[in-house]
Amino acid sequence: MSGNENGAPQAEVDTATAAYVLRLGDDALIASQRLAELAARGPQLEEDVALANIALDLLGQARVLLDYAGRLEEQLTGVLRTEDDLAFLRDERQFCNARLVELPNTDFAHTVARQLLFSGYALELYTALQGSADETVAGVAGKAVKEVAYHRDHAARWAVRLGDGTEESSERMAAALEACWPYTGELFTPDEVTRTVAAAGVGADPAGLRPGWDAFIDGVLAEAGLHRPETAQITGPAGLGGRQGVHTEHLGYLLAEMQHIHRSHPGATW
Amino acid sequence: MTTEAPAAPGAHDAQRRFDGMIAADERIEPRDWMPDGYRRTLIRQIAQHAHSEIIGMQPEGNWITRAPSLKRKAVLIAKVQDEAGHGLYLYSAAETLGVSREELLDLLHEGRQRYSSIFNYPTLTWADVGAIGWLVDGAAITNQVPLCRCSYGPYARAMVRICKEESFHQRQGFDSLYVLARGTGAQRRMAQDAVDRWYWPSLMMFGPPDAESAHSEQSMAWNIKRFTNDELRQRFVDIIVPQAEALGLTLPDPDIAWNAERGHYDFGTPDWDEFKQVLKGGGPCNRQRLEHRRRAHADGAWVREAARAHAAKRAARDTAGEAA
Repeated sequence: MSGNENGAPQAEVDTATAAYVLRLGDDALIASQRLAELAARGPQLEEDVALANIALDLLGQARVLLDYAGRLEEQLTGVLRTEDDLAFLRDERQFCNARLVELPNTDFAHTVARQLLFSGYALELYTALQGSADETVAGVAGKAVKEVAYHRDHAARWAVRLGDGTEESSERMAAALEACWPYTGELFTPDEVTRTVAAAGVGADPAGLRPGWDAFIDGVLAEAGLHRPETAQITGPAGLGGRQGVHTEHLGYLLAEMQHIHRSHPGATW
Repeated sequence: MTTEAPAAPGAHDAQRRFDGMIAADERIEPRDWMPDGYRRTLIRQIAQHAHSEIIGMQPEGNWITRAPSLKRKAVLIAKVQDEAGHGLYLYSAAETLGVSREELLDLLHEGRQRYSSIFNYPTLTWADVGAIGWLVDGAAITNQVPLCRCSYGPYARAMVRICKEESFHQRQGFDSLYVLARGTGAQRRMAQDAVDRWYWPSLMMFGPPDAESAHSEQSMAWNIKRFTNDELRQRFVDIIVPQAEALGLTLPDPDIAWNAERGHYDFGTPDWDEFKQVLKGGGPCNRQRLEHRRRAHADGAWVREAARAHAAKRAARDTAGEAA
Protein backbone atom coordinates (compact mmCIF):
# COMPACT_ATOMS: atom_id res chain seq x y z
CA MET A 1 0.00 0.00 0.00
CA SER A 2 1.57 3.24 -1.05
CA GLY A 3 0.54 6.85 -0.65
CA ASN A 4 -2.49 8.71 -1.79
CA GLU A 5 -2.19 7.69 -5.43
CA ASN A 6 -5.45 9.04 -6.77
CA GLY A 7 -4.90 12.27 -4.96
CA ALA A 8 -8.33 12.28 -3.29
CA PRO A 9 -8.88 15.39 -1.17
CA GLN A 10 -7.79 14.82 2.43
CA ALA A 11 -11.32 15.43 3.73
CA GLU A 12 -12.56 12.59 1.55
CA VAL A 13 -9.80 10.27 2.80
CA ASP A 14 -10.56 11.21 6.42
CA THR A 15 -14.26 10.53 5.97
CA ALA A 16 -13.56 7.19 4.31
CA THR A 17 -11.01 6.24 6.98
CA ALA A 18 -13.52 6.90 9.76
CA ALA A 19 -16.10 4.76 7.95
CA TYR A 20 -13.55 2.03 7.27
CA VAL A 21 -12.32 1.81 10.86
CA LEU A 22 -15.93 1.68 12.05
CA ARG A 23 -16.55 -1.31 9.74
CA LEU A 24 -13.54 -3.12 11.16
CA GLY A 25 -14.72 -2.37 14.68
CA ASP A 26 -18.28 -3.50 13.97
CA ASP A 27 -17.08 -6.79 12.44
CA ALA A 28 -15.03 -7.52 15.54
CA LEU A 29 -17.75 -6.44 17.98
CA ILE A 30 -20.57 -8.44 16.44
CA ALA A 31 -18.37 -11.51 15.92
CA SER A 32 -17.37 -11.29 19.58
CA GLN A 33 -20.94 -10.87 20.80
CA ARG A 34 -22.04 -13.98 18.89
CA LEU A 35 -19.24 -16.09 20.32
CA ALA A 36 -19.77 -14.76 23.82
CA GLU A 37 -23.33 -16.13 23.71
CA LEU A 38 -21.77 -19.57 23.95
CA ALA A 39 -20.31 -19.09 27.44
CA ALA A 40 -21.03 -22.29 29.41
CA ARG A 41 -22.58 -23.89 26.32
CA GLY A 42 -19.51 -25.42 24.66
CA PRO A 43 -19.39 -29.11 23.70
CA GLN A 44 -16.52 -29.58 26.17
CA LEU A 45 -14.72 -27.49 28.76
CA GLU A 46 -11.72 -26.87 26.51
CA GLU A 47 -14.08 -25.22 24.01
CA ASP A 48 -15.60 -23.01 26.68
CA VAL A 49 -12.09 -21.73 27.29
CA ALA A 50 -11.18 -21.42 23.59
CA LEU A 51 -14.39 -19.71 22.46
CA ALA A 52 -14.24 -17.24 25.34
CA ASN A 53 -10.63 -16.55 24.49
CA ILE A 54 -11.50 -15.77 20.87
CA ALA A 55 -14.48 -13.64 21.90
CA LEU A 56 -12.19 -11.71 24.22
CA ASP A 57 -9.57 -11.11 21.51
CA LEU A 58 -12.25 -9.84 19.15
CA LEU A 59 -13.74 -7.62 21.81
CA GLY A 60 -10.29 -6.18 22.48
CA GLN A 61 -9.90 -5.40 18.78
CA ALA A 62 -13.40 -3.91 18.65
CA ARG A 63 -12.73 -1.60 21.59
CA VAL A 64 -9.55 -0.11 20.09
CA LEU A 65 -11.15 0.25 16.67
CA LEU A 66 -14.40 1.78 17.90
CA ASP A 67 -12.51 4.17 20.13
CA TYR A 68 -10.41 5.23 17.14
CA ALA A 69 -13.44 5.45 14.83
CA GLY A 70 -15.04 7.78 17.37
CA ARG A 71 -12.00 10.02 17.49
CA LEU A 72 -11.70 10.14 13.69
CA GLU A 73 -15.36 11.07 13.49
CA GLU A 74 -14.85 13.79 16.09
CA GLN A 75 -12.27 15.41 13.85
CA LEU A 76 -14.89 15.59 11.11
CA THR A 77 -17.96 16.52 13.12
CA GLY A 78 -16.62 18.01 16.32
CA VAL A 79 -18.72 15.54 18.30
CA LEU A 80 -17.05 12.66 20.14
CA ARG A 81 -18.72 9.28 20.42
CA THR A 82 -16.97 6.83 22.75
CA GLU A 83 -16.61 3.09 22.17
CA ASP A 84 -19.71 2.58 24.33
CA ASP A 85 -21.72 5.25 22.48
CA LEU A 86 -20.92 3.48 19.24
CA ALA A 87 -21.63 0.00 20.57
CA PHE A 88 -24.77 0.71 22.56
CA LEU A 89 -26.44 3.76 21.06
CA ARG A 90 -26.58 2.99 17.36
CA ASP A 91 -29.48 1.18 15.71
CA GLU A 92 -29.35 -1.69 13.26
CA ARG A 93 -29.17 0.47 10.15
CA GLN A 94 -26.12 2.28 11.52
CA PHE A 95 -24.08 -0.90 12.06
CA CYS A 96 -21.79 -1.65 9.15
CA ASN A 97 -20.47 -5.11 9.96
CA ALA A 98 -20.50 -7.79 7.31
CA ARG A 99 -23.62 -9.93 7.67
CA LEU A 100 -21.54 -13.09 8.04
CA VAL A 101 -20.56 -12.28 11.63
CA GLU A 102 -24.14 -11.77 12.80
CA LEU A 103 -25.32 -15.23 11.70
CA PRO A 104 -26.60 -17.25 14.66
CA ASN A 105 -24.91 -20.17 16.45
CA THR A 106 -27.42 -22.66 15.08
CA ASP A 107 -25.18 -25.53 16.15
CA PHE A 108 -21.45 -25.93 16.81
CA ALA A 109 -20.83 -26.54 13.09
CA HIS A 110 -22.38 -23.16 12.25
CA THR A 111 -20.12 -21.47 14.79
CA VAL A 112 -17.10 -23.23 13.30
CA ALA A 113 -18.11 -22.39 9.71
CA ARG A 114 -18.70 -18.73 10.50
CA GLN A 115 -15.42 -18.48 12.38
CA LEU A 116 -13.51 -20.28 9.63
CA LEU A 117 -14.80 -18.03 6.87
CA PHE A 118 -14.48 -14.85 8.90
CA SER A 119 -11.10 -15.46 10.52
CA GLY A 120 -9.72 -16.63 7.16
CA TYR A 121 -10.67 -13.19 5.85
CA ALA A 122 -9.48 -11.36 8.97
CA LEU A 123 -6.02 -12.88 8.74
CA GLU A 124 -5.62 -11.77 5.11
CA LEU A 125 -6.95 -8.35 6.05
CA TYR A 126 -4.78 -7.70 9.11
CA THR A 127 -1.72 -9.07 7.36
CA ALA A 128 -2.25 -6.41 4.70
CA LEU A 129 -3.10 -3.67 7.21
CA GLN A 130 0.17 -4.10 9.09
CA GLY A 131 1.56 -1.85 6.35
CA SER A 132 -1.16 0.78 6.68
CA ALA A 133 -0.14 4.41 6.33
CA ASP A 134 -2.32 5.05 9.39
CA GLU A 135 -0.24 4.25 12.44
CA THR A 136 -3.17 3.31 14.64
CA VAL A 137 -4.57 0.94 12.03
CA ALA A 138 -1.12 -0.57 11.51
CA GLY A 139 -0.73 -0.97 15.28
CA VAL A 140 -4.09 -2.72 15.68
CA ALA A 141 -3.25 -4.97 12.73
CA GLY A 142 0.14 -5.90 14.17
CA LYS A 143 -1.48 -7.24 17.32
CA ALA A 144 -4.61 -8.63 15.66
CA VAL A 145 -2.70 -10.65 13.09
CA LYS A 146 -1.32 -12.93 15.80
CA GLU A 147 -4.73 -13.32 17.41
CA VAL A 148 -6.66 -14.06 14.23
CA ALA A 149 -4.00 -16.54 13.12
CA TYR A 150 -4.94 -18.55 16.21
CA HIS A 151 -8.67 -18.06 15.58
CA ARG A 152 -8.27 -19.30 12.03
CA ASP A 153 -6.24 -22.28 13.12
CA HIS A 154 -8.79 -23.17 15.80
CA ALA A 155 -11.68 -23.01 13.31
CA ALA A 156 -9.74 -24.92 10.64
CA ARG A 157 -8.93 -27.75 13.03
CA TRP A 158 -12.57 -28.09 14.00
CA ALA A 159 -13.75 -27.88 10.39
CA VAL A 160 -11.43 -30.81 9.60
CA ARG A 161 -12.50 -32.80 12.68
CA LEU A 162 -16.16 -32.30 11.89
CA GLY A 163 -15.83 -32.75 8.13
CA ASP A 164 -13.72 -35.88 8.55
CA GLY A 165 -15.40 -37.14 11.72
CA THR A 166 -18.70 -39.01 11.73
CA GLU A 167 -21.41 -39.05 9.09
CA GLU A 168 -23.51 -36.75 11.26
CA SER A 169 -20.72 -34.25 11.86
CA SER A 170 -19.79 -34.18 8.19
CA GLU A 171 -23.41 -33.49 7.21
CA ARG A 172 -23.73 -30.78 9.83
CA MET A 173 -20.48 -29.13 8.74
CA ALA A 174 -21.54 -29.19 5.09
CA ALA A 175 -24.93 -27.69 5.97
CA ALA A 176 -23.30 -24.97 8.06
CA LEU A 177 -20.95 -24.02 5.24
CA GLU A 178 -23.91 -23.85 2.86
CA ALA A 179 -25.68 -21.52 5.26
CA CYS A 180 -22.73 -19.18 5.78
CA TRP A 181 -21.27 -19.20 2.31
CA PRO A 182 -23.75 -16.79 0.69
CA TYR A 183 -22.56 -14.07 3.05
CA THR A 184 -18.86 -14.32 2.18
CA GLY A 185 -19.09 -12.29 -1.02
CA GLU A 186 -19.54 -8.98 0.72
CA LEU A 187 -16.26 -9.40 2.59
CA PHE A 188 -14.47 -8.97 -0.72
CA THR A 189 -16.67 -6.38 -2.45
CA PRO A 190 -15.01 -3.01 -2.98
CA ASP A 191 -17.02 0.19 -2.69
CA GLU A 192 -16.29 3.89 -2.49
CA VAL A 193 -14.97 3.66 1.07
CA THR A 194 -12.55 0.81 0.40
CA ARG A 195 -11.42 2.34 -2.90
CA THR A 196 -10.58 5.62 -1.18
CA VAL A 197 -8.76 4.09 1.80
CA ALA A 198 -6.90 1.61 -0.39
CA ALA A 199 -5.74 4.39 -2.69
CA ALA A 200 -4.59 6.40 0.33
CA GLY A 201 -2.60 3.45 1.63
CA VAL A 202 -4.71 3.34 4.80
CA GLY A 203 -6.88 0.34 4.02
CA ALA A 204 -6.77 -2.83 1.95
CA ASP A 205 -8.55 -3.48 -1.33
CA PRO A 206 -10.99 -6.25 -0.30
CA ALA A 207 -10.83 -7.88 -3.71
CA GLY A 208 -7.08 -8.29 -3.23
CA LEU A 209 -7.67 -10.40 -0.10
CA ARG A 210 -9.70 -12.97 -1.98
CA PRO A 211 -7.00 -15.15 -3.61
CA GLY A 212 -5.27 -15.85 -0.31
CA TRP A 213 -8.60 -16.60 1.35
CA ASP A 214 -9.71 -18.87 -1.50
CA ALA A 215 -6.51 -20.87 -1.35
CA PHE A 216 -6.71 -21.27 2.42
CA ILE A 217 -10.39 -22.26 2.46
CA ASP A 218 -9.90 -24.73 -0.40
CA GLY A 219 -7.05 -26.34 1.52
CA VAL A 220 -9.18 -26.77 4.65
CA LEU A 221 -12.16 -28.09 2.69
CA ALA A 222 -9.97 -30.62 0.91
CA GLU A 223 -8.51 -31.86 4.20
CA ALA A 224 -11.99 -32.03 5.71
CA GLY A 225 -13.42 -33.92 2.73
CA LEU A 226 -15.91 -31.10 2.13
CA HIS A 227 -16.89 -29.27 -1.02
CA ARG A 228 -17.03 -25.58 -1.72
CA PRO A 229 -20.74 -24.74 -1.58
CA GLU A 230 -22.34 -23.61 -4.80
CA THR A 231 -25.03 -21.53 -3.11
CA ALA A 232 -25.51 -18.12 -4.65
CA GLN A 233 -24.44 -14.98 -2.81
CA ILE A 234 -27.24 -13.19 -1.00
CA THR A 235 -27.49 -9.54 -1.85
CA GLY A 236 -29.71 -7.07 -0.09
CA PRO A 237 -32.23 -4.83 -1.85
CA ALA A 238 -30.56 -2.75 -4.57
CA GLY A 239 -27.33 -4.61 -3.91
CA LEU A 240 -27.04 -3.18 -0.42
CA GLY A 241 -25.56 -5.27 2.38
CA GLY A 242 -24.08 -5.09 5.83
CA ARG A 243 -21.56 -2.40 4.92
CA GLN A 244 -24.47 -0.11 4.08
CA GLY A 245 -26.36 -1.07 7.23
CA VAL A 246 -28.71 -3.51 5.51
CA HIS A 247 -28.55 -6.64 7.65
CA THR A 248 -30.19 -9.97 8.26
CA GLU A 249 -33.12 -10.08 10.69
CA HIS A 250 -30.77 -11.64 13.24
CA LEU A 251 -28.89 -8.44 14.01
CA GLY A 252 -31.86 -6.64 15.56
CA TYR A 253 -32.22 -9.28 18.27
CA LEU A 254 -28.50 -9.34 18.92
CA LEU A 255 -28.47 -5.57 19.41
CA ALA A 256 -31.65 -5.54 21.51
CA GLU A 257 -30.01 -7.92 23.95
CA MET A 258 -26.63 -6.23 23.89
CA GLN A 259 -27.89 -2.67 24.26
CA HIS A 260 -30.93 -2.74 26.50
CA ILE A 261 -29.33 -2.20 29.92
CA HIS A 262 -27.03 0.50 28.69
CA ARG A 263 -29.99 2.28 27.08
CA SER A 264 -32.18 1.86 30.15
CA HIS A 265 -29.82 4.09 32.14
CA PRO A 266 -29.05 7.08 29.93
CA GLY A 267 -25.85 8.84 30.87
CA ALA A 268 -24.91 6.34 33.58
CA THR A 269 -21.30 5.24 34.14
CA TRP A 270 -20.55 1.56 34.58
CA MET B 1 -14.41 -45.52 41.20
CA THR B 2 -11.49 -45.50 43.59
CA THR B 3 -8.41 -47.67 43.64
CA GLU B 4 -8.54 -50.05 46.58
CA ALA B 5 -5.66 -49.78 48.97
CA PRO B 6 -3.54 -52.90 48.99
CA ALA B 7 -4.42 -55.25 51.81
CA ALA B 8 -1.00 -56.80 51.51
CA PRO B 9 1.23 -57.33 54.57
CA GLY B 10 2.87 -53.96 53.88
CA ALA B 11 -0.43 -52.13 54.32
CA HIS B 12 0.14 -51.52 57.98
CA ASP B 13 3.51 -49.91 57.26
CA ALA B 14 1.95 -47.84 54.50
CA GLN B 15 -0.69 -46.54 56.89
CA ARG B 16 2.00 -45.69 59.40
CA ARG B 17 4.01 -43.88 56.78
CA PHE B 18 0.91 -41.93 55.68
CA ASP B 19 0.07 -40.99 59.27
CA GLY B 20 3.65 -39.85 59.76
CA MET B 21 3.51 -37.64 56.69
CA ILE B 22 0.24 -36.07 57.86
CA ALA B 23 1.65 -35.53 61.34
CA ALA B 24 4.73 -33.84 59.84
CA ASP B 25 2.41 -31.72 57.63
CA GLU B 26 4.00 -33.09 54.47
CA ARG B 27 2.32 -33.28 51.07
CA ILE B 28 0.76 -36.52 49.87
CA GLU B 29 1.40 -37.09 46.15
CA PRO B 30 -0.55 -39.31 43.72
CA ARG B 31 2.09 -42.07 43.84
CA ASP B 32 1.91 -42.30 47.65
CA TRP B 33 -0.25 -44.86 49.39
CA MET B 34 -3.31 -43.27 50.98
CA PRO B 35 -6.29 -44.64 52.91
CA ASP B 36 -9.47 -45.16 50.88
CA GLY B 37 -11.35 -42.71 53.06
CA TYR B 38 -8.80 -39.99 52.35
CA ARG B 39 -9.00 -40.67 48.60
CA ARG B 40 -12.82 -40.71 48.64
CA THR B 41 -12.99 -37.49 50.64
CA LEU B 42 -10.65 -35.73 48.25
CA ILE B 43 -12.45 -36.98 45.17
CA ARG B 44 -15.75 -35.80 46.61
CA GLN B 45 -14.36 -32.40 47.59
CA ILE B 46 -12.31 -31.71 44.45
CA ALA B 47 -15.16 -32.86 42.19
CA GLN B 48 -17.63 -30.65 44.04
CA HIS B 49 -15.22 -27.79 43.65
CA ALA B 50 -14.74 -28.46 39.91
CA HIS B 51 -18.50 -28.77 39.41
CA SER B 52 -18.98 -25.46 41.25
CA GLU B 53 -16.62 -23.76 38.83
CA ILE B 54 -18.45 -24.95 35.74
CA ILE B 55 -21.96 -24.48 37.13
CA GLY B 56 -20.84 -21.08 38.39
CA MET B 57 -20.23 -20.05 34.78
CA GLN B 58 -24.00 -19.96 34.23
CA PRO B 59 -25.23 -17.25 36.60
CA GLU B 60 -22.49 -14.90 35.45
CA GLY B 61 -22.48 -16.01 31.83
CA ASN B 62 -26.13 -14.97 31.99
CA TRP B 63 -24.97 -11.33 31.85
CA ILE B 64 -22.18 -11.43 29.26
CA THR B 65 -24.39 -10.57 26.30
CA ARG B 66 -26.06 -7.73 28.22
CA ALA B 67 -23.09 -6.17 30.05
CA PRO B 68 -23.68 -2.40 29.96
CA SER B 69 -20.19 -1.35 28.83
CA LEU B 70 -17.59 -2.99 26.62
CA LYS B 71 -15.02 -2.84 29.41
CA ARG B 72 -17.31 -4.70 31.83
CA LYS B 73 -18.18 -7.18 29.10
CA ALA B 74 -14.48 -7.94 28.57
CA VAL B 75 -13.92 -8.35 32.32
CA LEU B 76 -16.89 -10.70 32.59
CA ILE B 77 -15.90 -12.86 29.61
CA ALA B 78 -12.40 -13.17 31.07
CA LYS B 79 -13.86 -14.18 34.43
CA VAL B 80 -16.13 -16.84 33.00
CA GLN B 81 -13.21 -18.12 30.94
CA ASP B 82 -11.11 -18.35 34.12
CA GLU B 83 -13.86 -20.41 35.73
CA ALA B 84 -13.77 -22.88 32.85
CA GLY B 85 -9.99 -22.99 33.28
CA HIS B 86 -10.35 -23.65 37.02
CA GLY B 87 -12.75 -26.46 36.20
CA LEU B 88 -10.08 -27.94 33.95
CA TYR B 89 -7.31 -27.83 36.57
CA LEU B 90 -9.58 -29.24 39.24
CA TYR B 91 -10.84 -32.13 37.12
CA SER B 92 -7.18 -32.83 36.34
CA ALA B 93 -6.35 -32.80 40.06
CA ALA B 94 -9.22 -35.26 40.65
CA GLU B 95 -7.92 -37.47 37.83
CA THR B 96 -4.68 -37.98 39.77
CA LEU B 97 -6.84 -39.89 42.29
CA GLY B 98 -7.94 -42.41 39.68
CA VAL B 99 -11.26 -41.06 38.48
CA SER B 100 -11.93 -39.56 35.03
CA ARG B 101 -13.52 -36.23 34.16
CA GLU B 102 -16.22 -38.10 32.21
CA GLU B 103 -17.17 -40.15 35.27
CA LEU B 104 -17.33 -37.04 37.42
CA LEU B 105 -19.44 -35.17 34.86
CA ASP B 106 -21.82 -38.11 34.70
CA LEU B 107 -22.15 -38.01 38.50
CA LEU B 108 -22.89 -34.29 38.33
CA HIS B 109 -25.44 -34.72 35.56
CA GLU B 110 -27.14 -37.53 37.44
CA GLY B 111 -27.35 -35.34 40.54
CA ARG B 112 -25.14 -37.72 42.52
CA GLN B 113 -22.42 -35.17 43.21
CA ARG B 114 -22.98 -31.62 44.36
CA TYR B 115 -21.82 -28.18 43.45
CA SER B 116 -21.86 -25.09 45.62
CA SER B 117 -25.47 -24.25 46.48
CA ILE B 118 -24.85 -20.55 45.99
CA PHE B 119 -25.23 -21.02 42.24
CA ASN B 120 -28.82 -22.11 42.72
CA TYR B 121 -29.73 -18.47 43.25
CA PRO B 122 -30.62 -16.37 40.21
CA THR B 123 -28.67 -13.36 38.88
CA LEU B 124 -31.52 -10.91 38.39
CA THR B 125 -29.82 -7.61 37.61
CA TRP B 126 -26.47 -6.38 36.35
CA ALA B 127 -25.49 -5.52 39.93
CA ASP B 128 -25.63 -9.22 40.79
CA VAL B 129 -22.46 -9.67 38.76
CA GLY B 130 -20.66 -7.20 41.03
CA ALA B 131 -22.20 -8.66 44.19
CA ILE B 132 -21.12 -12.17 43.18
CA GLY B 133 -17.59 -10.95 42.53
CA TRP B 134 -17.40 -9.19 45.86
CA LEU B 135 -19.28 -11.58 48.16
CA VAL B 136 -19.27 -14.99 46.46
CA ASP B 137 -15.69 -14.80 45.19
CA GLY B 138 -14.73 -13.21 48.49
CA ALA B 139 -16.22 -16.14 50.42
CA ALA B 140 -14.64 -18.60 48.01
CA ILE B 141 -11.20 -17.07 48.55
CA THR B 142 -11.62 -17.17 52.32
CA ASN B 143 -12.44 -20.87 51.97
CA GLN B 144 -9.73 -21.58 49.43
CA VAL B 145 -6.65 -19.79 50.69
CA PRO B 146 -6.16 -22.40 53.45
CA LEU B 147 -6.59 -25.12 50.79
CA CYS B 148 -3.32 -23.94 49.22
CA ARG B 149 -1.76 -25.76 52.23
CA CYS B 150 -3.98 -28.82 51.88
CA SER B 151 -2.15 -32.11 52.42
CA TYR B 152 -2.87 -33.41 48.92
CA GLY B 153 -0.23 -31.93 46.58
CA PRO B 154 -2.10 -31.66 43.26
CA TYR B 155 -5.12 -30.01 44.93
CA ALA B 156 -2.95 -27.59 46.90
CA ARG B 157 -1.06 -26.56 43.76
CA ALA B 158 -4.26 -26.08 41.74
CA MET B 159 -5.57 -23.88 44.55
CA VAL B 160 -2.53 -21.59 44.47
CA ARG B 161 -3.24 -20.70 40.87
CA ILE B 162 -6.99 -20.47 41.39
CA CYS B 163 -6.70 -18.18 44.42
CA LYS B 164 -4.62 -15.68 42.48
CA GLU B 165 -7.29 -15.40 39.81
CA GLU B 166 -10.15 -15.38 42.31
CA SER B 167 -8.70 -12.45 44.19
CA PHE B 168 -8.54 -10.55 40.92
CA HIS B 169 -12.23 -11.37 40.33
CA GLN B 170 -13.10 -10.24 43.82
CA ARG B 171 -11.45 -6.86 43.27
CA GLN B 172 -13.24 -6.43 39.96
CA GLY B 173 -16.57 -7.23 41.59
CA PHE B 174 -15.90 -4.71 44.33
CA ASP B 175 -14.91 -2.10 41.75
CA SER B 176 -18.07 -2.70 39.74
CA LEU B 177 -20.27 -2.32 42.84
CA TYR B 178 -18.31 0.76 43.89
CA VAL B 179 -19.14 2.47 40.60
CA LEU B 180 -22.82 1.49 40.90
CA ALA B 181 -23.00 2.68 44.50
CA ARG B 182 -21.78 6.08 43.35
CA GLY B 183 -23.89 6.15 40.21
CA THR B 184 -27.47 7.17 39.53
CA GLY B 185 -30.26 6.47 42.03
CA ALA B 186 -31.34 3.47 39.99
CA GLN B 187 -27.81 2.06 39.92
CA ARG B 188 -27.45 2.53 43.66
CA ARG B 189 -30.75 0.79 44.35
CA MET B 190 -29.71 -2.04 42.03
CA ALA B 191 -26.42 -2.45 43.93
CA GLN B 192 -28.12 -2.46 47.36
CA ASP B 193 -30.76 -4.93 46.20
CA ALA B 194 -28.06 -7.28 44.91
CA VAL B 195 -26.12 -7.13 48.18
CA ASP B 196 -29.37 -7.73 50.10
CA ARG B 197 -29.98 -10.90 48.11
CA TRP B 198 -26.41 -12.29 48.07
CA TYR B 199 -25.28 -11.59 51.65
CA TRP B 200 -26.97 -14.50 53.43
CA PRO B 201 -26.32 -17.11 50.73
CA SER B 202 -22.63 -16.08 50.77
CA LEU B 203 -22.47 -16.75 54.53
CA MET B 204 -23.98 -20.17 53.86
CA MET B 205 -21.11 -20.97 51.49
CA PHE B 206 -18.96 -21.95 54.49
CA GLY B 207 -21.29 -24.83 55.19
CA PRO B 208 -23.39 -25.66 58.24
CA PRO B 209 -22.35 -24.65 61.76
CA ASP B 210 -19.45 -26.72 63.11
CA ALA B 211 -21.70 -28.74 65.38
CA GLU B 212 -23.64 -30.03 62.35
CA SER B 213 -20.82 -30.38 59.83
CA ALA B 214 -20.63 -34.00 58.70
CA HIS B 215 -17.13 -34.11 57.25
CA SER B 216 -15.22 -31.43 59.09
CA GLU B 217 -13.51 -33.33 61.87
CA GLN B 218 -11.92 -36.04 59.73
CA SER B 219 -10.91 -33.50 57.04
CA MET B 220 -9.19 -31.40 59.70
CA ALA B 221 -7.34 -34.47 60.98
CA TRP B 222 -6.13 -35.19 57.45
CA ASN B 223 -4.96 -31.60 56.93
CA ILE B 224 -7.40 -31.21 54.05
CA LYS B 225 -9.30 -28.59 55.97
CA ARG B 226 -7.35 -26.17 58.16
CA PHE B 227 -10.13 -24.12 59.76
CA THR B 228 -13.68 -24.92 60.74
CA ASN B 229 -16.73 -23.60 58.89
CA ASP B 230 -17.54 -21.17 61.68
CA GLU B 231 -13.97 -19.87 61.87
CA LEU B 232 -13.94 -19.16 58.16
CA ARG B 233 -17.40 -17.56 58.26
CA GLN B 234 -16.21 -15.23 61.02
CA ARG B 235 -13.08 -14.35 59.06
CA PHE B 236 -15.24 -13.50 56.03
CA VAL B 237 -17.63 -11.28 57.99
CA ASP B 238 -14.67 -9.46 59.53
CA ILE B 239 -13.41 -8.71 56.01
CA ILE B 240 -16.68 -7.62 54.40
CA VAL B 241 -18.10 -5.35 57.10
CA PRO B 242 -15.51 -2.59 56.55
CA GLN B 243 -15.65 -3.20 52.79
CA ALA B 244 -19.41 -2.61 52.83
CA GLU B 245 -18.79 0.66 54.63
CA ALA B 246 -16.27 1.65 51.95
CA LEU B 247 -18.86 0.83 49.30
CA GLY B 248 -21.50 2.86 51.08
CA LEU B 249 -23.86 -0.12 51.03
CA THR B 250 -25.47 -1.83 53.99
CA LEU B 251 -25.41 -5.53 54.81
CA PRO B 252 -28.93 -6.83 55.52
CA ASP B 253 -28.02 -8.09 58.98
CA PRO B 254 -29.18 -6.05 61.99
CA ASP B 255 -26.98 -8.12 64.31
CA ILE B 256 -23.71 -6.90 62.85
CA ALA B 257 -21.81 -5.11 65.61
CA TRP B 258 -18.18 -4.90 66.64
CA ASN B 259 -17.48 -7.06 69.65
CA ALA B 260 -14.40 -5.61 71.32
CA GLU B 261 -14.13 -8.51 73.73
CA ARG B 262 -13.88 -11.10 70.95
CA GLY B 263 -12.05 -8.80 68.56
CA HIS B 264 -14.54 -9.78 65.86
CA TYR B 265 -17.83 -8.63 64.41
CA ASP B 266 -20.93 -10.31 65.76
CA PHE B 267 -23.42 -11.24 63.07
CA GLY B 268 -26.77 -12.94 62.63
CA THR B 269 -27.63 -16.55 61.93
CA PRO B 270 -28.33 -17.56 58.36
CA ASP B 271 -31.60 -19.32 57.70
CA TRP B 272 -30.31 -22.88 57.84
CA ASP B 273 -33.69 -24.24 56.82
CA GLU B 274 -33.34 -22.37 53.54
CA PHE B 275 -29.80 -23.76 53.20
CA LYS B 276 -31.08 -27.31 53.62
CA GLN B 277 -33.94 -26.68 51.26
CA VAL B 278 -31.60 -25.43 48.50
CA LEU B 279 -29.18 -28.29 49.16
CA LYS B 280 -32.04 -30.77 48.70
CA GLY B 281 -32.84 -29.28 45.29
CA GLY B 282 -35.48 -26.76 46.32
CA GLY B 283 -33.53 -23.60 45.45
CA PRO B 284 -34.75 -21.19 42.80
CA CYS B 285 -32.41 -22.47 40.07
CA ASN B 286 -31.35 -26.05 40.97
CA ARG B 287 -33.32 -27.60 38.15
CA GLN B 288 -32.38 -24.91 35.65
CA ARG B 289 -28.63 -25.11 36.33
CA LEU B 290 -28.50 -28.87 36.02
CA GLU B 291 -30.69 -28.92 32.94
CA HIS B 292 -28.49 -26.31 31.28
CA ARG B 293 -25.41 -28.44 32.02
CA ARG B 294 -27.06 -31.61 30.75
CA ARG B 295 -28.27 -29.88 27.61
CA ALA B 296 -24.84 -28.39 26.80
CA HIS B 297 -23.29 -31.82 27.34
CA ALA B 298 -25.93 -33.60 25.24
CA ASP B 299 -25.76 -30.97 22.47
CA GLY B 300 -22.00 -31.44 22.37
CA ALA B 301 -22.12 -35.25 22.17
CA TRP B 302 -21.94 -35.36 18.37
CA VAL B 303 -19.01 -32.92 18.42
CA ARG B 304 -17.00 -34.99 20.90
CA GLU B 305 -17.85 -38.13 18.96
CA ALA B 306 -16.67 -36.50 15.72
CA ALA B 307 -13.38 -35.48 17.35
CA ARG B 308 -12.82 -39.07 18.54
CA ALA B 309 -13.76 -40.51 15.14
CA HIS B 310 -11.42 -38.11 13.37
CA ALA B 311 -8.54 -38.88 15.72
CA ALA B 312 -9.06 -42.60 15.12
CA LYS B 313 -9.14 -42.14 11.33
CA ARG B 314 -6.03 -40.05 11.46
CA ALA B 315 -4.21 -42.62 13.61
CA ALA B 316 -5.27 -45.39 11.21
CA ARG B 317 -4.00 -43.39 8.24
CA ASP B 318 -0.69 -42.73 10.01
CA THR B 319 -0.29 -46.44 10.76
CA ALA B 320 -1.16 -47.35 7.16
CA GLY B 321 1.33 -44.73 5.98
CA GLU B 322 4.08 -46.18 8.14
CA ALA B 323 3.33 -49.73 7.00
CA ALA B 324 3.44 -48.77 3.31
